[in-house]
Amino acid sequence: MKEETLNIKPMETRGFRQFNLKKKLRISESLIQGLLFFAGILSIFVTVAIVYELGKEALLFFNDPDVTLGKFFGTTKWQPGIGQYGIWALVSATLTTSSIAILIALPLGLASAVYLSEYATQKMRSILKPILEILAGIPTVVYGYFALLFVTPILKTIFKDGIQVYNMLSAGLVMGIMILPLIASMSEDALSAVPRALREGAYAMGATKLETSLQVVVPAALSGIGAAVIVGISRAVGETMIVAVAAGAGPNFSFNLLDAAETMTGHIARISGGDLSYNSIDYTSLFAIALMLFLVTLVLNLISQWVVNKFREQYE
Amino acid sequence: MSEQNQNYPEGSAFYSELRKRYLTATIWQTLFLSALVIAIISLTALIYNVLDGAFGYVAYDYKNDPAEFTSTPIHELTKEELLTILKAELSSGAYNKLDNEKKMEDRSQSDLYILFLERLVQIDTKATWSMTDSLTRGDEIRAEVAEKYPDAELEFRSWLTPQFLTTPMSSKAEFAGVRTAVLGSLWLVGIAILFALPVGVGAAVYLQEYAPHNWLTNIIQTNINNLAGVPSIVYGMLGLAVFVRVMESFTSGAMFGVTDSNGRTVLSAGLTMGILVLPLMIINAQEAIKAVPDSLRQAAFGVGATRWQTIWHHVLPNALPGIMTGSILAISRTLGETAPLIVVGASTFISLDPDSPFSKFTALPIQIYQWTTRPQAEFHSIAASAIVVLLVLLLSLNATAILLRNRTQRKW
Repeated sequence: MKEETLNIKPMETRGFRQFNLKKKLRISESLIQGLLFFAGILSIFVTVAIVYELGKEALLFFNDPDVTLGKFFGTTKWQPGIGQYGIWALVSATLTTSSIAILIALPLGLASAVYLSEYATQKMRSILKPILEILAGIPTVVYGYFALLFVTPILKTIFKDGIQVYNMLSAGLVMGIMILPLIASMSEDALSAVPRALREGAYAMGATKLETSLQVVVPAALSGIGAAVIVGISRAVGETMIVAVAAGAGPNFSFNLLDAAETMTGHIARISGGDLSYNSIDYTSLFAIALMLFLVTLVLNLISQWVVNKFREQYE
Repeated sequence: MSEQNQNYPEGSAFYSELRKRYLTATIWQTLFLSALVIAIISLTALIYNVLDGAFGYVAYDYKNDPAEFTSTPIHELTKEELLTILKAELSSGAYNKLDNEKKMEDRSQSDLYILFLERLVQIDTKATWSMTDSLTRGDEIRAEVAEKYPDAELEFRSWLTPQFLTTPMSSKAEFAGVRTAVLGSLWLVGIAILFALPVGVGAAVYLQEYAPHNWLTNIIQTNINNLAGVPSIVYGMLGLAVFVRVMESFTSGAMFGVTDSNGRTVLSAGLTMGILVLPLMIINAQEAIKAVPDSLRQAAFGVGATRWQTIWHHVLPNALPGIMTGSILAISRTLGETAPLIVVGASTFISLDPDSPFSKFTALPIQIYQWTTRPQAEFHSIAASAIVVLLVLLLSLNATAILLRNRTQRKW
């Protein structure tokens, strides 16, 4: 009985055409979607290609009977031509220049970010932000020129004969200036994302603007600031042109800021600039260095993303 | 209660504490501001440094006395006189070579004048001074030149001249120009954008409009963010291994019948740059597509449009300003990036314009790098001039991007 009342007559008998509401297969639509998917997946291919090519050549390098991992990570002389493969000769310079850069860029970048986000009026921001953007947009080879022909002569008058023409200090200082806008803008984004209510709360408790900024806003944005610092380090480690121009040519195991020394990136740039024959130990060694560089920056970038996701304070 | 009173001073003690807190606050505020002031000073110093190198006094000498060739003062030589001098004095082989590059009769007076100076008189730069020195110590410099180089002529010179833009490379700083380098950079930008724009926008459309929320999409997204942080020199190594070596028959043009080249061509470098700017392109296009409101898509679906029709007719046109801004950023990156070009194998010295994707090439930043690392001061001066050219290009591009953003930005 009940079933009969529910049984509605088919549409045709009421004078309507039956609509097929199932998704229609459209060839061109699927084709386009396929192409777009390919564009999307291409970035994966790029990563795979980087890992594969760098890994393949690096493997050739490590397969050389002369090269052992112990030698690679355990000694401090780098001269593949005569069988010396101590990566520390290059890593020391990378560490030194990057450390100087971060020591400059971190305090300055953070202070700039706090000022821009907490103190600056709208008008000041509209003047100051473009200046940071211009600094961020200057090609690194121009910074190299600046390091060699402006900063180095100044250092020369300070340290007299104590400093070499090419030195890590000059390269590191200028690298710090180069990274400053990056850290400033990333930190500022993090600071601006802290909700107003937190600041109002602190003011209501009688805190000064400084106390609010340093004890409430900065801690709340710490994950973003941390990410900025890590990205800054990764940028410093991978930076090439400043060190290639100003830090010196020739591997040198030294942590003395006033010495000339070659970083991993600088070494790649110098050696690959000449005529390099494929399959030579010089060629494959470059890929081993590049692989290390890639892994270090990859880990740093992954950590920075993890920091942001893990420690982000969720508001709203 | 009494413990709390120790923490919170009262009366005059409270006010002196308050004054101290305000004082600290002011001091720190000044410190924060000084960080920005340091940034401004650095930028000013950099620009000053570049301009300082691009202008200034030059003391130069002639290896051969111009009087040997002509009796007229050299500044007043006409085109015909120059032609006869060149024809008479240059060896016939050298003359024919020049004539083959470009007909001597078709060259302008200034071109011939430069040839005259370069080939016959052979200018020899003795010393150069920076702009600041030239302006503040003019008399000292004149005295110094008179003493050290009695034959030399002192001239206040702008190294950045119209000729600097139109002449090709030369081994002499006085005659070198950036035409080859600028053309090389333009080729690079063209190839990189031709690759990165369609692929980047396609990937962004896929990720924003089609991709399901699953592990693969997550991996693609994380991967793109990571690629954006890979050092540019690593891309150079990738380009060297893949484009220069593995795909040599394609990038050298051997496959298309070009015979006289290896894989170190403008095509290899352009594709490397394309891959380098791809993450930047995708991320920017994604942001632009994300900003298009959903109501627009739903309206299109509501009147029966397919997904692609919706994207092509509604989403992309509305995301266009953002995509354009992203492209301009990618172009600036391509123009300024140096390290991958060195690795992929930019030529350090060529004077022939690149005329096909399979040409050898050089680029503006490569020239700047080359000239900066030379010991002679006159090369630093042309490096500075090339930097001015590069920065002007970049600044005008960025200004266009900002204008575009402000004029077409829509609030939904």
